[in-house]
Amino acid sequence: MSGSSIFVFIFAMWILIIIGGGISVLILAPIEISGYSEFDLIISSAIKAVVSIGLVVAWIFILSKVKNWIFRSQLKV
Amino acid sequence: MQHQIIAAIIVSSIAFFLVFVITPFLIKALEKRNSVVKDYHRKGGAMVARPGGPSLIVGILISGIVLYAFFPKTEIIAILTTTALAFFVGLVDDKKVMGGWFKPLALAATAIPILLLGVYDSDLSFPLFGDVKIPLLYLGVVVIMISITGNTINSIDVLNGVASGFMVIAGSALTISLIILQNYEVAIASLMLVFASLAFYKYHKFPSKIFPGDSGALTLGAMYGAIAIVGQVEVVAAIALGPAIINSFLFLSSMKRIVEHREIKAKPVSLTEDFKLKATSDKDASVTLVRLILAGGRPLTEKEIGYVIFRLTIFSGILAIITAFMMEISL
Repeated sequence: MSGSSIFVFIFAMWILIIIGGGISVLILAPIEISGYSEFDLIISSAIKAVVSIGLVVAWIFILSKVKNWIFRSQLKV
Repeated sequence: MQHQIIAAIIVSSIAFFLVFVITPFLIKALEKRNSVVKDYHRKGGAMVARPGGPSLIVGILISGIVLYAFFPKTEIIAILTTTALAFFVGLVDDKKVMGGWFKPLALAATAIPILLLGVYDSDLSFPLFGDVKIPLLYLGVVVIMISITGNTINSIDVLNGVASGFMVIAGSALTISLIILQNYEVAIASLMLVFASLAFYKYHKFPSKIFPGDSGALTLGAMYGAIAIVGQVEVVAAIALGPAIINSFLFLSSMKRIVEHREIKAKPVSLTEDFKLKATSDKDASVTLVRLILAGGRPLTEKEIGYVIFRLTIFSGILAIITAFMMEISL
């Protein structure tokens, strides 16, 4: 069937979203900064932002590898 | 519940009827003003009216106002305002050729009503694992989400009927997910999007009588993104958009930069003598969803490729609905 490997890629992407979401919750949720009064929220948000960007970069990197592996024959077009 | 069902029937009927009735008049008006573009994939290179955004926005705004009369909620105002702003961004791009960065940045600005009206929850929900509080970071998520959904729908609008047909399927999955999560008012707004897209599909399907243009594609995409944020179903919405996200991901990872399709000289697909599409072997051409569908297989007609994309979207939609069920479960 046309595009059958794309179904596999969509499924892999879905699994990566579920796992990535779980990792985000486990890593980001416990980050709470205290002791800087009104700056607590800003500092904890900045740390969460840096960690999130790192997670997104890692997610895109893994997705790229999965893409190259699933579409290895098609990408040689 | 009866109130919601009546509102859903009335609002989706108005959205469908308005787009269905207005679009033929828009086609005639555009043809009269010579606002037509060549459909290169069709035998004889037919001239097709563009853009179809105006009929979509009229249908969506009027039915949206009726929805607001049923449920006077700020969330509905935010969805409609963001959608209207995205329409104007698209209209500017339809009238004047803008650079590759224009749409992502301008679309990001269309998220401002959502931020100003405060109709979002800064807890990002994930299936099985629960929520994560990201109060300031979530503002960035709102801005990026509208930009991504608008641009991904625009980038998949390459074949007759695909953008509108895609939105019917992805929007239906989003509506079902919102119902599962008992967010009924936003689900009706989503249903409105589905029925407006369905009516437009009647004229957009192969052989197209009208193209949505940037104004149409951005209207659909931005509304979808706004519904996802206001309805707190960001992850589910992203999953339902699977094929369009893959298309953008493949394109960006092959081009390594944000660039307009029209700026790329090398073509990812070419036409055979019998007007079928086949993947090219040009190394400089972008990798797209259509090119991948065609790679290694026989040439396909535009209609056949459209159906493959729809099957992929149905698959993504099923995964999105499963994800919505998983949202109710916490490990």
